[in-house]
Amino acid sequence: MSGDTRDEGRRDDRRDDRRDDRGGRGGRRFVRARKSCRFCADKVDYIDYKDGRLLGSYIPERGKILPRRISGTCAPHQRMLASAIKRARNAAILPFATD
Amino acid sequence: MRVYEVLFIIAPNTEESDLEALVTQMSDVITNQGAQVTKVDRMGRRRLAYPIQKFNEGHYVVLTVEGTGAEIAEVERRMRVTDAVIRYITIRIDEDLKRADKLRARRAAHARSGGGGGGGRGRRGDRGAVATVDTAEEEGEE
Repeated sequence: MSGDTRDEGRRDDRRDDRRDDRGGRGGRRFVRARKSCRFCADKVDYIDYKDGRLLGSYIPERGKILPRRISGTCAPHQRMLASAIKRARNAAILPFATD
Repeated sequence: MRVYEVLFIIAPNTEESDLEALVTQMSDVITNQGAQVTKVDRMGRRRLAYPIQKFNEGHYVVLTVEGTGAEIAEVERRMRVTDAVIRYITIRIDEDLKRADKLRARRAAHARSGGGGGGGRGRRGDRGAVATVDTAEEEGEE
């Protein structure tokens, strides 16, 4: 049973656009810890694009911006984060793409 | 008055003395236009995430400027013609700072009112319908 839900969750992540018709409401319950926004927890009001170390934790190997469905970042902070990452790329603090 | 952050990267093969001269030259350009340089941050020699003009390193300098915007056009023009400057980026930060201040103030107000319930609780009663709409919008933003 537990193995089944885990598998379901993974598939859900992969095909995000189809999440709606799979329905979270259909009696299937997920027992997963709710991800929380790290910036809200730290009470961050402004994400500095020069802070390469902080931003680096939101870009996986490929150099893309980590989606908030993975990181759990809230929408306002994800927006700030995305623009900070894009600025940092232009300043050669972060790569546009790796390998 | 607008606040800008002008970040520029100086080529790593620049002499130490030329580096200083370049930084003062750029801030002079800004002050001559009637704006103020409130902060000069030399971040030092850093690795670039990707090569720029075949350089893998560069000296990062950040100027915080308070002005009208006209001086930005002038420094950018100067940097474009200066070979030692391999990259420059200007970002307007006053709106972001204002937003950050607002969020901080709201949080402080929250903490004072006991932090219970929705945002701006104390105001809701004595201001009537307009105030309620106002707070609802603010909550929507967050």
